[in-house]
Amino acid sequence: MIGMVPAVNVAALKDTTLLNMGIFGLFVAVTMFIVIRASRNNKTAADYYAAGRSFTGPQNGTAIAGDYLSAASFLGITGAIAINGYDGFMYSIGFLVAWLVALLLVAELLRNTGKFTMADVLSFRLKQRPVRIAAAISTLAVCFFYLLAQMAGAGSLISLLLGISDWGGQALVIIVVGALMIMYVLIGGMKGTTWVQIIKAMLLIAGAAVMTFWVLAIYGFNLSDLLGGAVETSKNPAVLNPGLQYGKSETSKLDFMSLGLALVLGTAALPHVLMRFYTVPTAKEARKSVVWSIWLIGIFYIFTLVLGYGAAALVGADTIKSAPGGVNSAAPLLAFHLGGPLLLGFISAVAFATILAVVAGLTITAAASFAHDIYANVLAKGKADADTEVKVARRTVVVIGLLAIVGGIFANGQNVAFLVALAFAVAASANLPTIIYSLFWRRFTTQGAVWSMYGGLASAIILIALSPVVSGTKTSMIQTANFAIFPLSNPGIVSIPLAFFLGWLGTVLDKKLEDTTKQAEMEVRSLTGVGAEKAVDH
Amino acid sequence: MGHDAHETDAAAAVDFKEVQSTERFQELRKRHRSFVFPMAIAFLLWYFAYVLLADYAVGFMSTKVWGNINIGLILGLLQFVSTFAITGWYVSYSNRRLDPIAAEIRHEIEGHEFDKAGNRVSGTTK
Repeated sequence: MIGMVPAVNVAALKDTTLLNMGIFGLFVAVTMFIVIRASRNNKTAADYYAAGRSFTGPQNGTAIAGDYLSAASFLGITGAIAINGYDGFMYSIGFLVAWLVALLLVAELLRNTGKFTMADVLSFRLKQRPVRIAAAISTLAVCFFYLLAQMAGAGSLISLLLGISDWGGQALVIIVVGALMIMYVLIGGMKGTTWVQIIKAMLLIAGAAVMTFWVLAIYGFNLSDLLGGAVETSKNPAVLNPGLQYGKSETSKLDFMSLGLALVLGTAALPHVLMRFYTVPTAKEARKSVVWSIWLIGIFYIFTLVLGYGAAALVGADTIKSAPGGVNSAAPLLAFHLGGPLLLGFISAVAFATILAVVAGLTITAAASFAHDIYANVLAKGKADADTEVKVARRTVVVIGLLAIVGGIFANGQNVAFLVALAFAVAASANLPTIIYSLFWRRFTTQGAVWSMYGGLASAIILIALSPVVSGTKTSMIQTANFAIFPLSNPGIVSIPLAFFLGWLGTVLDKKLEDTTKQAEMEVRSLTGVGAEKAVDH
Repeated sequence: MGHDAHETDAAAAVDFKEVQSTERFQELRKRHRSFVFPMAIAFLLWYFAYVLLADYAVGFMSTKVWGNINIGLILGLLQFVSTFAITGWYVSYSNRRLDPIAAEIRHEIEGHEFDKAGNRVSGTTK
């Protein structure tokens, strides 16, 4: 078994295009049917934004896993392990450990104090307008970066999975993906979106489990032999050791620290993840959701370890790199090697479904934030009725969907991996300090929140703009100019401590004290769940 | 937030400062913080220790322990194990030490024991 020649014929992949499309079409038909059935009861704002708070912990936990295991983590991490070995594995560890921040510090307290959006919690005991506007802006920024990365990633996936390599054909597929997403979110609201996430998560995890079992079976369920196979094919024993990707220089080592910080502190502040905690009836169910998602995500990342080294051993890094789609093609190529066109078709369809579902989750979060925070609470000063608010949310969905399609078409083929890292860095810098301070620090004030949120947002974006990912190197967005005065590609190690510092500084310099009654109310509510919104009865 | 005012009526008449100052609420707050803060610091330190080792102690991490399994892989998998363990620990701690006392306080508030009217009459309903 060991040392057998990888036998993947990349040219043969194109013959499976029809099969891939057929399986994907089946997924769309089944989920659309479920979305339409599930949306019959969408009446109130709580129905539309928070699925009537009627999902159970396990259901919501599966949906969170569906939201979180984006194409970047499935195709990206498998590919990173296949090419860079151990360093790809370190990625997945940061993504998983981050969930403990959500579990211990955020999920339940947030569920108890908020209604629909992150801004509900942050503005609870501070001044509504400035804090809500800042929270909504950072929510929209994070969703936008994340959305653009997913849509642009769709383009490169298509070139591999459907064999469509011309720009126009890829643009057409991005339009189809965007249009489907708009339909899901318009018709189904949060309930429909959640069901799409649940189905997708189960398919993804089941597909990865089958492939993992298969790879392990080839190596007699001996992990050491599998690793040996990866070394043999790559002819490089260093794939088992850290440092292949990040150990090149002192700067790249520091970059990995920065990335690790952003991953660990960013997850619990991603608006589309936070919003999922409102879809369950109680804080206890919110806790159960996180527990489920930790188990599902953790097990999935263990699968990607086997799949990544499996792809390195059975397909080979050179074949992967030269295939259309590059690093991202490791998992699909491994599927083809193991189970032929049928398994490739299944995995491809799941990868598409992943993009569709994650984009839908991001869109409803952004729309809810615009309609609930900006429109209802700031523009209409809280006088808008719930029907109008939901109407505004639905229109926002269409606008965001169209923006995502246009952005996806133009960002297609760009180096967009940094957009996801940027989304995490912005979430960790702009959102997390204010979430933590307002939940745990009695003295925290409006000025502290505003300084921390705008300071974190601005520093993260400015540092990215001045970093090598935007200019100065061969892999930059702008290769012809060089204004990269910040050496790291992830801003987290500077912007996150800065935002925490600004939150503290703004507070101690604030002469106005906040309402202690509101602080008492928030603390009592967050810990006991009194007055928290229950499930909607139908 | 006019349009959803009716949804918060249940807690509108409650004197939250009074609830906050009760011994039982202080106990709940202490139990919560004395678990989540040390645990959060511990797992963050353990994670960054791992990242530092992977960054700056490549030789140590590459030490083979059994077959092709090296220390780096074992420590990495231990991060998974510790994440699962802390999750389980927190759930059992909450079930035993946090949920019962939180439910008690919640029932008392919902039973109007802390209404702003001031008279602490328990068990009556308006």
